[in-house]
Amino acid sequence: MDGITPQLIGLQLFTGLALGAVYVLLAVGLSLIFGMLTVVNFAHGAFFMVGAYAGYALYRIVPNFWLCLVLVPVVVGLFGMLVERTLVRPLYGRGVDYPLLLTFGLAYVMIETVRIVFGKQGMPVDAPALLEGSANILVGKFPLYRLFVIGVTVALLIGLWLFIEKTSFGLIVRAGARDPQIVRILGIDVGRVWLIVFGLGTGVAGLAGFLAAPVQGISPEMGGSVLTVAFVVTVVGGMGSLVGAVVAGILIGIVESMAVLFVPEAAKVSMFVIMVLVLLVRPQGLFGRAGLMN
Amino acid sequence: MNAHTDVLHGAAPPRRLFERIRSHRVLASVLVLLALPWIVPNGSVAVNILVYGLYGVGFNLVFGYMGMLSFGHAAFFGIGAYCAGILVAQAGLPWWIALPAAVLAAAVLALATGLLAIRTRGIYFAMVTLALSQCVYFLVYQFPRSGGENGLRGVNVAEVRLPGLRIDLLDPTATYLAFLAVVALALLALSRVLESPFGGAVEAIRENEARARACGYHVEHTKLMAFVLSGGLCGLAGALDAIHLSNVAIESLHYETSGLVVMICLLGGMGTFFGPFVGAALFLLVQDVFSLWTEHWQLYVGALFMFFVLFFPKGVWGTILEKTHGR
Repeated sequence: MDGITPQLIGLQLFTGLALGAVYVLLAVGLSLIFGMLTVVNFAHGAFFMVGAYAGYALYRIVPNFWLCLVLVPVVVGLFGMLVERTLVRPLYGRGVDYPLLLTFGLAYVMIETVRIVFGKQGMPVDAPALLEGSANILVGKFPLYRLFVIGVTVALLIGLWLFIEKTSFGLIVRAGARDPQIVRILGIDVGRVWLIVFGLGTGVAGLAGFLAAPVQGISPEMGGSVLTVAFVVTVVGGMGSLVGAVVAGILIGIVESMAVLFVPEAAKVSMFVIMVLVLLVRPQGLFGRAGLMN
Repeated sequence: MNAHTDVLHGAAPPRRLFERIRSHRVLASVLVLLALPWIVPNGSVAVNILVYGLYGVGFNLVFGYMGMLSFGHAAFFGIGAYCAGILVAQAGLPWWIALPAAVLAAAVLALATGLLAIRTRGIYFAMVTLALSQCVYFLVYQFPRSGGENGLRGVNVAEVRLPGLRIDLLDPTATYLAFLAVVALALLALSRVLESPFGGAVEAIRENEARARACGYHVEHTKLMAFVLSGGLCGLAGALDAIHLSNVAIESLHYETSGLVVMICLLGGMGTFFGPFVGAALFLLVQDVFSLWTEHWQLYVGALFMFFVLFFPKGVWGTILEKTHGR
């Protein structure tokens, strides 16, 4: 325990926040899709990975980080919409397991396609020059890029919240999550809403991958471990709850980075400990509605 | 009483050959599997089909018969493999201790994870089992005796000695037959379980959980029991795999090993007795053929799987059964 100063704890707290920010983005996308379509997207990690690679490829065509930041989620989201329309849609009404199984197979295809196009080897990715270096936050120096990741996440969450709570389309999304049949009876094309929500969820996953790339590098397998994390966060937060995804994502990010400091050998298992505790005390998750899954 | 049944039999039309086979499904399965080494390209693939088929059979109890999709069965397969591996390679114990111990270890692990996972329903179950198995992966990875990233080596069982019988496990055909004997016993046990009232309760849960509960079945106990049985069978498959390969790779606990058995089960036919072996054969043959031709065989396996989910959700064997049985 030598050398652990309050300053170090403060810095590690911010590291956890940056880590949690990526988890939040992943879980929000997953939760959004599930809440609306009752589809568990097993390819969510693969969309995350595709986002990172799309950023890598786009940056070679348009060497402008900020433009890529906008383009990547759009490209990945459009790809997600294509997947929804062609592959997921035929499975609606055939039980919740089938879209899950399909996206599981899709993840294989996506990962292998990326291996064919970009090679099996992982690659490091540079942060843009403007965001290199570190900034002085009260407790010490902290990498600027990670602060930027936290900032983008906060901005995106505010945007998402405004979109869902304040727009008329958001109203349809909320109503559709409650009862798609009534919404359909009211004359709204639910299929179109599902398409857009799937695109939105996968687009956010792609953005998370793009943001994570300079921190962890890119490899075709990067989505695998991330998928587990996204699941744990959604289970802890409560399936279909966006607030839950945010709280649980930050919680797990911070606990993980604190465990790195205090009990390094248990760092990787820490999130599962949280999940087990939540399951024992509150099986529906911190913010989940009981009986949603029945 | 006797006369009564005789009358019934006499009055009934002669049962079709197919149904007669169905009523002796263990015998039929073993007879088909007996021919396998002479059909598939090499002996190692045949043993793999047997081992992964058994893995699929264990998984199928939960997925096919009970209708609960677990994405964490690699934990049971892997623990079985590691348990048998450590007992043979490090403790020098014989196979007849290693195999039951592996089954027991996997069953205990299934009990622990089952107690947690069964608290959740439906789609949650897949996510929680996946997360728990990933947790097991990390724990075993750090366990000092597991060999970490390198896995476990030297799981050598050169021969199996039984009274009046000596089986040389260096000979692929002999290995296959020895393994088949173990698999046959497991199939026999499973068949008895499925035919029992407990087996009926398991299928009742799949068909309508609320109704099963209303009929007075203790749904949670039944689910847990089936999960534990399933874990034990998968542990046995893992132990056989460890003995076959003479080593245990850390990948045997990986998420992809959980996914593998889901694929095997769906490709073969979920909820069918022989389906998992058909699925294992299909998967391993596709892998064998495509990996000769391209290193990107996973692309084709993934696409094949998606094709089955979309168009043949009953799998190869399930579709055949439906065609021959349906009207």
